[in-house]
Amino acid sequence: MQRIPALAPGASAACRRCGRILSKRPTGPRDLPLALAITAAIALIVANSLPLMELHVVGRFASTTIAGGAYEMWEQGQRVTSILVAFCALIAPVGFVSFMLVLLIAERRPRLPPWTGEMLRWVGHLQVWSMLEVVMLGILVALIKIAQLATVDPGIGMYAFGASVLLIPAIMTHFDKADLWRRLAWAPDEAR
Amino acid sequence: MAPARLGTGRGTVTTAARAGLVSCESCHLVSRPVSRAEPGFCPRCGEKLESRRHGSIGTTWALLISATICYVPANLLTVLDTTTPSGTDGDTIMGGVIYLYTSGSWPLALVVLIASVMIPLGKLVSLAYLLISVQRGSAASHRERTRLYRIVVFIGRWSMLDVFVDTFTVALVQLQPLMSVAPGPGVLFFAAVVVLTMLAAESFDPRLIWDSANKSEPKHG
Repeated sequence: MQRIPALAPGASAACRRCGRILSKRPTGPRDLPLALAITAAIALIVANSLPLMELHVVGRFASTTIAGGAYEMWEQGQRVTSILVAFCALIAPVGFVSFMLVLLIAERRPRLPPWTGEMLRWVGHLQVWSMLEVVMLGILVALIKIAQLATVDPGIGMYAFGASVLLIPAIMTHFDKADLWRRLAWAPDEAR
Repeated sequence: MAPARLGTGRGTVTTAARAGLVSCESCHLVSRPVSRAEPGFCPRCGEKLESRRHGSIGTTWALLISATICYVPANLLTVLDTTTPSGTDGDTIMGGVIYLYTSGSWPLALVVLIASVMIPLGKLVSLAYLLISVQRGSAASHRERTRLYRIVVFIGRWSMLDVFVDTFTVALVQLQPLMSVAPGPGVLFFAAVVVLTMLAAESFDPRLIWDSANKSEPKHG
């Protein structure tokens, strides 16, 4: 057991035994994570409603979104894979950003709502399965592969998607999770 | 700024387990459990409290062996079936890498090779090594093994790459009767390998690595 000392902004503390970073005080203004989360939410909405990429070949035209990709997999009989793609590329990132938005708004109130701890815990689980950066690389590889056969153009959705890939880790870098945990009041053992 | 290492030198380490306390894996609150056998739930965040994850080694082995079994069809079966007027052509994971390499984009071929072939294989081998070393009570290289575990957790998600590449290729190339691409049976097995190894890494309890440190070095206990 180790006691983490009060840290200056930008400082971090590492475990004495295994060297893992135990706590890190983020720098930057207090409103930065909320601003980033709002931007990420807008970018995600745009990325999922506009086509990610468009294909032109001999007068034919095709375009797709993330949901369209998962839908096509379902149509082709790969239902399990389709659900997995939908979860990692759509449900988990959207859930993650919406939970973060709610948490960051709740955090501004003097008294934290009772569900804050539960939600913060769920954010951690969602983060593991939110794989936007992997999806991004996957789309790029697919684009280059198809580019050998037809003309492919990245759509507007692609730029919004790129922005959300960068914004999501930025929220976590500037969000002081340890501080929020410290502020949480909990029922003492006897009350349970 | 470089992280400040807590404490100085190799002082005495009192672990929570030895002090009869449990640290919450979710919010890191250290609390005194109701009883050692049935620790209950974290008073702050509601996560299930476990001094060591229950049945960690058995669960991890089961998931790891399932993943190893799925690894074989994942690499032998096709992941993409391309239909053109001249016939149907199947591509395996390795076939996709070779296609990228021969079509001139070797950096991309390397990325896919690392993400789809080397990372899954590396995860299977690393997790098996971690499990065997914990079961044998190995008291060597704790820090290195902890680092290996963290790398496995960190890079695991990247092997999903091929699943996404296949999804978006299928979604876009639907130009019947000119050309169409359908997902092959290998995709399911490949996705299964990725998910099973991710779950195996989650079910493995890295604290088990350090249990032998306390037994072998009582003066630091």
